[in-house]
Amino acid sequence: MSSQANPPLWLLAELTYRCPLHCVYCSNPVDYTAYGEELATEEWVRVLREGRQLGATQLGFSGGEPLVRDDLEVLVAEARTLGYYSNLITSGIGLNERRIAAFKEGGLDHIQVSFQDSTREMNDFLSSTRTFDLKRRIAKLVKQYDYPMVLNVVLHRLNIDHVGQILELAAELEAEYVELANTQYYGWAFLNRDLLLPSQEQLERAEEVTNRFRERVGNRMKIYFVVPDYYENRPKACMNGWGSVFLNLTADGLALPCHEARMLPGLEFPSVREHDLRWIWHDSPAFNRYRGDEWMKEPCRSCPEKAKDYGGCRCQAYLLTGDAALADPVCDKSPHHALITRAVERARQAGAGVETKPVLFYRDDENSRRLSRKSEKAPIA
Amino acid sequence: MSEDSVFELARHYRFQWEQAQQAYVLLYPEGMVKLGTSAGEILKRVDGASPVSAIVADLERAFPGADLRRDVTEFLAHASVKGWIRVKPG
Repeated sequence: MSSQANPPLWLLAELTYRCPLHCVYCSNPVDYTAYGEELATEEWVRVLREGRQLGATQLGFSGGEPLVRDDLEVLVAEARTLGYYSNLITSGIGLNERRIAAFKEGGLDHIQVSFQDSTREMNDFLSSTRTFDLKRRIAKLVKQYDYPMVLNVVLHRLNIDHVGQILELAAELEAEYVELANTQYYGWAFLNRDLLLPSQEQLERAEEVTNRFRERVGNRMKIYFVVPDYYENRPKACMNGWGSVFLNLTADGLALPCHEARMLPGLEFPSVREHDLRWIWHDSPAFNRYRGDEWMKEPCRSCPEKAKDYGGCRCQAYLLTGDAALADPVCDKSPHHALITRAVERARQAGAGVETKPVLFYRDDENSRRLSRKSEKAPIA
Repeated sequence: MSEDSVFELARHYRFQWEQAQQAYVLLYPEGMVKLGTSAGEILKRVDGASPVSAIVADLERAFPGADLRRDVTEFLAHASVKGWIRVKPG
């Protein structure tokens, strides 16, 4: 039966899972090496066209590192012709003047550059000369081609105490928008959670520093500070609801209602190689699975806030409880909320220097292959 | 704002017709404003060259019999506050 859902507004094209970085907080699936071949240029072009016909207006090029694809220029130009408002979400690695000139010419609207600790040594990335030079070069190119300077910095326990320096750097690069996005715990970040989750004290300090900085720079720089879900007591309205506005396309052509949904068991996500986007969005069982509130269990089903947060995030519910139809345990009405408070308590102890022995998984092919072999569809918490 | 003010779309905003929505929209990073019919008709004429007086005159030609000056100036003021458009410098 065809859904009455509104059209997707936002398409996210994860063009590739290849990436020169190995970030321990990457939100890509941990078993990405087990996936099939990347969509070819003409397959992407067809899917983008179908997306526009459905009514999507926003298009994100993401990954992995989307600059790894040497057909990005073609896709950018096609997106503009189709009438998308397009955004390149990149680490900047691989960006040079030739490419940014082609993006501008092709009609790319927006670039969001993420800065991260990409060093295996996990030492202070702000003092790393090599990456700092890269950042400067990218910032210069972005300005030169009249893009707004949008910086995204992923925060976690190991860098959150540097938030002041990060903001100074952003100011020096004349950033107009800075998103200080605390890691959310999915994918690789979930594997590494006990190492990455900051303590309450760290968060409060970082917010304080951010607020002082905001006062100083005024309107010159718009700064967003995103708190990790684990420090909330109500869940986020994840994706504004399942199959509501957001359509994620993976490198190998699966259509998902969010970046993470692929790990959910018992759902067969449709491939754009086999179906058109209209059927996928309106008719596929996977996209209809958690629409509306029929699927909800208690305490969500009778909760007055269910129309506000849709029970939170299905993937977080699954990762933590093993059942994607339960309330997101971030909610303090969830009987599983202790899973969150225990993780927060472990973070507090680690922050206070109590010895923990976290194992760190770098996002790389070797680890991914190892994790794919385990093919664990069981929750890890 | 005067009769002679010239407005242009703010940087990084795009105005276009959306077939699927049957409406004019404004697109910007990670967002979209769906415009009502009159807002769409006004913004369509905000081209970085036509002064307010020309926009009013053109609309009154397209929709005869209406006195649109107040509607137009009110909407342009609203759109400026929202940051969708700005007075073209110089």
